[in-house]
Amino acid sequence: MGEFSDEWSARGQTNLWGVVPDVVEMQSEGGAAGAVHGALQAGALTCTFTASQGLLLMIPNMYKIAGELNAFVMHVTARSLATHALSIFGDHSDVMACRQTGFAMLCSNSVQEAHDLALIAHMATLESRIPFLHFFDGFRTSHEVQKIEKLVDDDLRALINEQSIMDFRARALTPDAPMLRGSAQNPDVFFQARESCNPFYNNCAQAVRDAMAKFAAQVGREYHLVDYVGAEDAERVIIMMGSGAEAAHETVEHLVGQGEKVGLLKIRLYRPFPVEDLLAALPSTATSIAVLDRTKEPGGREPLYLDVVQALAEAVGTGAREALPKIIGGRYGLSSKEFTPAMVKAVFDELSKPDAKREFTVGIIDDVTHLSLSWDPAFDLEPADVNRSVFIGLGADGTVGANKNSIKIIGEDTPNWAQGYFVYDSKKSGAMTISHLRFGPRPIRSTYLIKEAQFVACHQPVFMMRNDVLMYAAPGGTFLLNSQYGPDEVFDSLPLEAQEAIIEKKLKFYVIDAYKVAGETGMGGRINTIMQTCFFAISGVLPRDEAIEQIKVSIKKTYGRKGDEIVQANWAAVDQTLANLYEVTVPAAPTTSRRRVPVVAGEAPEEVRYLTGMMMEGKGDLLPVSAFRPDGSFPTATTQYEKRTIAQSVPMWDPKVCIQCNKCTIVCPHAAIRCKVVEPEQLEGKPETFETVTFRGRDLGGLEYRIQVAPEDCTGCTLCVAICPAKDKANPRHKAINMTPLVDVLDQEREHYSYFLDLPDIDRTLVPKQDVKFSQFYRPLFEYSGACTGCGETPYIKLMTQLFGDRVVIGNATGCTSIYGGNLPTTPYATDHNGRGPAWSNSLFEDNAEFGFGLRLGVDSNQSLAEHLLKRLASQVGEGLVDEILSADQYGEANVAAQRERVAALKAKLAGIDNVEAKRLAQLADYLVRKSVWIIGGDGWAYDIGYGGLDHVLAQGGRDVNILVLDTEVYSNTGGQASKSTPIGASAKFASSGKESGKKDLGLMAMSYRHAYVASVALGARDTQTVQAFVEAESYPGPSIIIAYSHCIAHGYDLAYGLDQQKLAVQSGIWPLYRYDPRRIEENLPPLQLDSGEPRASVQDYMRNETRFRVVEKIDPKRFAELAVAAADFSAQRVALYQQMANIIVPFSAEDAQRNGDDQS
Amino acid sequence: MDLKTTYLGLELAHPFMPGASIMSEELDTVRALEDAGASAIVLHSLFEEQIRAEQGAALDAVEGAEYRSAEAISFFPGGLDMFRLGPNEYLEHIAKVKAAVGIPVIASLNGATKGGWLHYAELMEQAGADALELNVYYLATDLDKTGLSIRTETMEMVTSVKSAVKIPVALKLSPFYTSMANTAKELDGVNVDGLILFNRFYQPDIDVEELEVVRSLHLSDSSELLLRLRWLAILSGRVQASLAVSGGVHTVLDAVKSVMCGAHAVQMVSALLKNGPSYLRSIIDGVSAWLEDHEYDSLEQMQGSMSLLKAPDPDAYERANYASVLRSWRR
Repeated sequence: MGEFSDEWSARGQTNLWGVVPDVVEMQSEGGAAGAVHGALQAGALTCTFTASQGLLLMIPNMYKIAGELNAFVMHVTARSLATHALSIFGDHSDVMACRQTGFAMLCSNSVQEAHDLALIAHMATLESRIPFLHFFDGFRTSHEVQKIEKLVDDDLRALINEQSIMDFRARALTPDAPMLRGSAQNPDVFFQARESCNPFYNNCAQAVRDAMAKFAAQVGREYHLVDYVGAEDAERVIIMMGSGAEAAHETVEHLVGQGEKVGLLKIRLYRPFPVEDLLAALPSTATSIAVLDRTKEPGGREPLYLDVVQALAEAVGTGAREALPKIIGGRYGLSSKEFTPAMVKAVFDELSKPDAKREFTVGIIDDVTHLSLSWDPAFDLEPADVNRSVFIGLGADGTVGANKNSIKIIGEDTPNWAQGYFVYDSKKSGAMTISHLRFGPRPIRSTYLIKEAQFVACHQPVFMMRNDVLMYAAPGGTFLLNSQYGPDEVFDSLPLEAQEAIIEKKLKFYVIDAYKVAGETGMGGRINTIMQTCFFAISGVLPRDEAIEQIKVSIKKTYGRKGDEIVQANWAAVDQTLANLYEVTVPAAPTTSRRRVPVVAGEAPEEVRYLTGMMMEGKGDLLPVSAFRPDGSFPTATTQYEKRTIAQSVPMWDPKVCIQCNKCTIVCPHAAIRCKVVEPEQLEGKPETFETVTFRGRDLGGLEYRIQVAPEDCTGCTLCVAICPAKDKANPRHKAINMTPLVDVLDQEREHYSYFLDLPDIDRTLVPKQDVKFSQFYRPLFEYSGACTGCGETPYIKLMTQLFGDRVVIGNATGCTSIYGGNLPTTPYATDHNGRGPAWSNSLFEDNAEFGFGLRLGVDSNQSLAEHLLKRLASQVGEGLVDEILSADQYGEANVAAQRERVAALKAKLAGIDNVEAKRLAQLADYLVRKSVWIIGGDGWAYDIGYGGLDHVLAQGGRDVNILVLDTEVYSNTGGQASKSTPIGASAKFASSGKESGKKDLGLMAMSYRHAYVASVALGARDTQTVQAFVEAESYPGPSIIIAYSHCIAHGYDLAYGLDQQKLAVQSGIWPLYRYDPRRIEENLPPLQLDSGEPRASVQDYMRNETRFRVVEKIDPKRFAELAVAAADFSAQRVALYQQMANIIVPFSAEDAQRNGDDQS
Repeated sequence: MDLKTTYLGLELAHPFMPGASIMSEELDTVRALEDAGASAIVLHSLFEEQIRAEQGAALDAVEGAEYRSAEAISFFPGGLDMFRLGPNEYLEHIAKVKAAVGIPVIASLNGATKGGWLHYAELMEQAGADALELNVYYLATDLDKTGLSIRTETMEMVTSVKSAVKIPVALKLSPFYTSMANTAKELDGVNVDGLILFNRFYQPDIDVEELEVVRSLHLSDSSELLLRLRWLAILSGRVQASLAVSGGVHTVLDAVKSVMCGAHAVQMVSALLKNGPSYLRSIIDGVSAWLEDHEYDSLEQMQGSMSLLKAPDPDAYERANYASVLRSWRR
């Protein structure tokens, strides 16, 4: 919503009063709430949008905004709050945390209602002076595509009371009529002053009633504070709010049609709670009521339930109602859990039971506290005259976009109603999207996924081998597959399960080679138009010719402004599609015995096999409560069991050309190309084709060396090939690493990789130095993440885990890093052969520096306790060992290994001592090995929302934390909003015409503390400096921060060129490389070393390669030219400043240092 | 001195003008060139291939990043609507240059497809160009493509463009056509209004350390003029189309030689890039002074004077180099 507002503002779209509203992005929702409060106080009509954790950050200001009776509406997509885990999906946890703030709360249940009640909220707040929180369900409503009737400006003009706006402005703070608000009050008056607002709350419900009545008169759609659906003499009634009420509405209508006495009460105004309206709407015949809450309040009952109980109990008390009905309360739909008619029926069935559960859940299987209701999965209300289609596509293949377009065509150009809902998996590369589309003659209230579709399309053949695509197909339906196989071969190419499903369900089967058609018609790799054409050609939703014509018109509309070439290519694709679409003759019996590949690869532990396996199979909904550890913990190292096989081609190694630099492995975002050195005798019995060569060099000489691809984990990004410096002298196009079609090498390389993994990892103490080449022999403990193909962030994390991973604790800010780092089903942080590896947690977005700092405090506390106990037990375990442990130098792998041996010896001794302290020390002994705390996040966290905390943690000189900022210069995870790291000239959301102000110099700010280690790195530009910075930062005993240039799909170019762009960024001065090491102060050296030379490339050339800058030029070349000059100046000035700083030796008094050292001891 | 010339049917004060290059991208530079006396402005080329590549890249960057995850359904504000991906930028530039200067503006087009040549030529005419320069910047690397088929394609393209637009159309040729003279004649036959001799291809260099092909743009020098002088001289007076020289004109004498060999227009790029737009003025003044010094009545008087038809020793143009050398040895 905010992004649309920004776009409209950027385009100069005016509001009702002919002005363009300002849209401003703040550093956090907390900041936004403060700015909103100020703007309201200064007399500006103000609005904001938020959800989930962001809403929580607004709560303090919500009290203020309500306390001062500001007319204001915030629109909230209600979403889950992070508890045992983060979830971005929909429920009412967030809005329910605001019910005490004094805001009125208005709930919309559908897309149309969200549109309508938004206006009603604005009308009512102006009349009542009570601020409104207007909410609707995150994703199910906010992301559903629906045909709606739109309000027009004249409706708004007719319904917004100009006088109420005048009154609002008259209350503004102005020096022309000064007054004071926000006073501090004493016990004598605060209480009674707080009660003075009561009349406004008393009148609020009426203001909403009035607004709804005026709205109905103007627009024709009627709403009430509480709306009832169902039998007039209903005995069983459900009370609820949100999108689930749509499914309940549908079900009630069906059940009433069956003669059942049931009803549904939809609460629209939740605060102030409309007791009178509820009592009036509830049939007096109701004897049993179920109140459904889409939130959880552990240790108590849920809020809507309590409100209803209170309303009815009071009604009985006052005599307004004769008897208290049976009231039960249940939770449903947390984190967008499906809520279906079958579940609604289960609730009604429960109400019929004499021993109905007073507290229940529905939608899950609770085998621990047995609160869940069971439901009949066969209960289905889908009408025959609604067309249901399911499309399975790849995140980036345009399937979702094409489907949205189809909805537009059908919704706008026919009398049909349309609905679309899109389910994404959590991978950023190779992600599966499932589109659920319904088209029908009536408005569609089915707020749940399609179970059986008359039309199923699989846009990517790879999914046929991995997923049960045809479970969505209704018997007798149509199945469309994009495949390189023609109509005569395609059936044979399918696994047995799919063949059986096609035969048993009697599906009509069509095939098209969409990539071939795309290639031949100038569409490149874009198959969206082709698959859309197929859908219209064979689904029968519209007459074929009419549909094709509509697609062409729509193409012209979409791409007309982009150039005739694109329109022509798309039109050609439409025509060619029809010529290349074939119906497949389905044989009577399967023709293969080949089955789908198992979901969980390899020898996985039982927990992974069962828990993770079910999620991977798309059957996580079936997992019962008992499957989960109740504190939210999960085993690490699970991505190794998810073999996604998404690359078309993978890198193959030519040992004859290789110069053994290991650059290919250091840049790999997915740890899918690795190197090893082993003793020659360890290769006995190797597969014949498993080539190795003798490792060259003084260190580790004589060992056998190999580079190996993980063929099923590689995403095919080609960064390894791009960085490979070794070329065949006779044929320089051939490098030491060359992309090769996966199909040609899959079987062989799968075997090779398995053998490679079984070869022993290097003894860490034998690695002679921690540089680019040798660091790569350490096993990566971050592997096969779901990050984007070619991700610029993950190589840094992987490097960190290689260098320090066996003793690392990570605090991770919410963002891309936490999604590819910790989003289920599988997670990439891995373990070494000793079972050690990174321990990882994500707290929140805004608190990560503090959270990581807390991890440090916790580790330090345990270490101190261990040291304390060690001293106390010295006589029993041996003074010598204790001294050695306490005085050990733990920098460098050999020293760490030595300490681990001492600790092992200590544990052995402790095992023989039978007292409490020895047992305590035995548990804590591993803390005597130095732990490395890393605080990881992106620029949105470090520069914006988490900066205050980051700054505070940097200020704590004595605590050893390592902060890694993966700087993509934009909010990547949420789709490209500008951060304070966004550079001059870049277009981003909330800076669409190109950012004017310079990138915040976070490194310089950190240097200002003087005691923090600060580095700016770019792996693709200078890997040596990157490795150096990581090693130095980790060894620095105070706070360190590494700011790492990370190319990103949000920059808008093929990331195969990411490393080239990194080089250009450094060469142009846009991204200077430096290291600020406070230890150098004591050595009388300048603490700052500038590692990049004089800028020698053009800033403009750098900018022109990326869409984020180029788009500005395409919109306004003059502005681009100005911003490019400004960007060049900005970077030149920055480099000049660093150049001078790199020559400054900071005065340092050795005596002071000595004295301080003495004090500390 | 009367320096008047007629090029592509346009009456120009003199033949000297900037050739197609980045110089025309900035309006200030265009104005400076007019101030330095340019008789016309040739705009940089619109490359159809580049437009298509950019459209593809932008679509991949924007659409490819859409709907990838539940939280990020797009990555760029306003999505595709923000982009203007077609030739509009170039077409608007024609209009801006037209508005900024009083001299004729010649647009330059490098097409990649049959439809592209035609479509963009029409658009350029509509945008206000006074003439069109079709830049046949094409390197025939396909082993199976015959000289004849290449020529046929060129001919068809010129014919279709000529029939579609009313403004004069010139063709900028590369020196690598089989039987250049006949090619010129054929083109003349389809009423092309001018021939520009010749295109300069980017000449890739090789980095022997990195084993990479390095794209480089070397500015021309006067030595490159000789090839052009020969072909100007061969064609001068034998085709109806006007002739222009492009590549290697750096000095007053280069300019004089070009006109003597038959150039109706003299296009300069490298010399102006090296010395700045005002250098054009010194060439114009220098030619004028040279004509006065050598007692010519007008520039027209020397136009084509050293062509194959009129030069005292036409054999010199026609014989291959070794023949001359052998003959001199025999002497």
